Amino acid sequence: MDKIIKNPETEEKSKQEKEDSKISRRGFLTGSAAAIGGAALVGTYKDASAYKEFSGWPGRFGCLTDLTACVGCRSCEKACNEANNLPKPDVPFDDSSVFKEMRRPTAHAYTVVNQYKNPKDENKPLYRKVQCNHCNEPACASACPIHAYTKTPEGAVLYNPEKCFGCRYCMIACPFYVPAYDYESALEPKIVKCVMCYARIKTGGIPACADACPVGAITFGKRSELINVARKKIMTNPDRYINHIYGEHEVGGTSWLYISGVPFEHYGFPANLPKKPLIEETKGFLGAVPVVFTVWPALFGTIYASLRHREDMEKQKHGEEEEKK
Amino acid sequence: MSNGTRTENFRSWFMDKLLMGMSWPEYSRRLITPFNMVAAIILSIGIPLMAIRFVYGLASVTHASNEYPWGILLGWGLFGGVPLSATGFVMGTAYYIFGFKGYKPLVRLGILTGFLGYLFAVIYLMTDLGRPWRIYYPMIIGFGTASVLFLVAWHVATYLTVQFIEFSEAILEWLKSRRVYKWATMIVIGMTIAGIILSTLHQSALGALFLLAPGKLHPLWYSSYLPHLFLSSSIYAALAMVIVVSTLVAKFLPGAADNNFLRNLDRLTVGLGKGACVGMFVYFALKLVGVAHDNNWYLLGTPYGEWFLLEILGFVLLPAMMLTYGVKNSSPGIVRFGAFYAVIGVVLNRINVSIIAFNWNLPDHLHHIIPPWQEFAIVAAIAMIHMLIFRWIVNRMPVVREEPEYKELH
Ligand code: SF4
Ligand code: SF4
Ligand code: SF4
Repeated sequence: MDKIIKNPETEEKSKQEKEDSKISRRGFLTGSAAAIGGAALVGTYKDASAYKEFSGWPGRFGCLTDLTACVGCRSCEKACNEANNLPKPDVPFDDSSVFKEMRRPTAHAYTVVNQYKNPKDENKPLYRKVQCNHCNEPACASACPIHAYTKTPEGAVLYNPEKCFGCRYCMIACPFYVPAYDYESALEPKIVKCVMCYARIKTGGIPACADACPVGAITFGKRSELINVARKKIMTNPDRYINHIYGEHEVGGTSWLYISGVPFEHYGFPANLPKKPLIEETKGFLGAVPVVFTVWPALFGTIYASLRHREDMEKQKHGEEEEKK
Repeated sequence: MSNGTRTENFRSWFMDKLLMGMSWPEYSRRLITPFNMVAAIILSIGIPLMAIRFVYGLASVTHASNEYPWGILLGWGLFGGVPLSATGFVMGTAYYIFGFKGYKPLVRLGILTGFLGYLFAVIYLMTDLGRPWRIYYPMIIGFGTASVLFLVAWHVATYLTVQFIEFSEAILEWLKSRRVYKWATMIVIGMTIAGIILSTLHQSALGALFLLAPGKLHPLWYSSYLPHLFLSSSIYAALAMVIVVSTLVAKFLPGAADNNFLRNLDRLTVGLGKGACVGMFVYFALKLVGVAHDNNWYLLGTPYGEWFLLEILGFVLLPAMMLTYGVKNSSPGIVRFGAFYAVIGVVLNRINVSIIAFNWNLPDHLHHIIPPWQEFAIVAAIAMIHMLIFRWIVNRMPVVREEPEYKELH
């Protein structure tokens, strides 16, 4: 296990900043529900930018997976399953037959380890643990119409089943195919995904998967510091790593970061993602909403009025001509 | 009033309103038609499947998976249904704002088609939602104001209400309510303009929903113009849909229509066709601009490119040319054919965006998008109920005819 020792001074500062943003957030949430409701139609889309303010929590945590170290033992899967009280798996965690197919997180597993072909050496397959990347500006959260997701100051992106109505737009939006849905349940179906062991990290612990990894492939710490760690590793071992920290910039950056010896496509990471947060793609549209609300009534009102005016004029002219006759 | 006369009154009201002036035996005999037989079969399969869905969960009847959260329930019902339901807003705007008074016989039909279209889009959505009983949550429990879907939810709910108010006139006339009064002109204009605002926004928002998924939607369909494309195609879709629906009404429910409707239909059809083909050429041009903007020409040579070409040439340009030809030759028949074709094209586009071109880069993609028969059967049942309710209303309420006693009110 690896853990970066926290610097008490920055800790203090970040706490202060946390408090500050908490207050501003509360201010933003007050205001009667009715006002929000009314404004909802017109679009209070400055909130879209409000999101931005909250995403940059300064001292937020993250994990760094060193893909070159992972040996595919699935200890992390087991630890996650136990730490989060998930149902017993169909195939035991020490069974490597699961690697025959590509798996993904499901309603019963927050994380899965997959095996990939090594382009450098056929006999040494690659492994990657898949879980939520806890994006800086999560697409899942931008998608949800009920605000069921929260990007916490600690970095974890959390989902609240009490709010969700199951539209599954968050699953459409997540660029990493992370959220899973328990379609089996008729009464209480919900989204399921990795919680970055929120309860543990909140009390100073580290995620169960990072803790369990026998080769120290997962480092938990402050995201900003993890980036430095990753840089240093890449610099000191240029033969071992390619010069790319996946998650540093992808879709605006993620809390979970990866370094690797081969291009990330070989691990099934999407390579076609923009650098800016996905919410940026919809901002132009949402920004146009208030414009439509103000311009349309004026425009169509004018058209209506002028056409009626012309009709009246014509009628009048017509009437006068009639009279002349 | 004695009890006896009251029962008698109710009986005659019942026969008059619900049985269309027939007695029970007569009415039930009239119900045995080939169409109704087919309807009964479809419903007897689909409705139990719906029940299964609500008792055993979505997994029991849909192919929905973690990679493919949305299937044909939404692809067809929501994304396909909403543009075809722009009829109310388009006809209302043409008639009330732009003053195309000649289209009066089609205005109520447009509004009814729109209202039911939205209502059923919501029904498809509620079948697909994990917890449909929470449908009102975006209004009360949480406000995802940065979410495009939040906008869609609010707008569809509000617009459904606006359309219901617009159609309520016909319901009151049907009930022979003495309290029917003409809405003050300014209120009608206000509702129409509200309809324009809400429609432009949520029609385009349905396209904007996919803006969040640049990594998943095929680049030929993904474009920053998605909102514009969805909006512009919904306008011509609405015009074509009015042609389609009025054609079906004139053919299968001529008894419900008055002479004014039947006599003017051919002329109005050609007029609508003219509007539709202009809209289609605009849309076609926008589609090309979208490809040019992202410089995606090179993708046209790939299999998805061929499919894309088939969509825009075979299902936009070709029907547009057909409509043009029909309009030039004042041939309502050709215009009708072109309109049916155009409507299919719009649905194809929405299915492409939401299903076929979505997740195109996943292994075995085309295999995964084939819905199980149960999902088809549910869609068929909902569509059938939609048609039956539409028929029920058109047969009874003054939709394609005017009630003599309310005539002077309009
Ligand atoms: S990886 Fe997906 S589910 Fe996780 S925070 Fe990012 S968008 Fe949300
Ligand atoms: S499925 Fe639930 S959490 Fe996901 S977007 Fe819909 S309401 Fe939000
Ligand atoms: S961080 Fe916690 S919840 Fe997420 S995969 Fe690791 S153990 Fe599971």
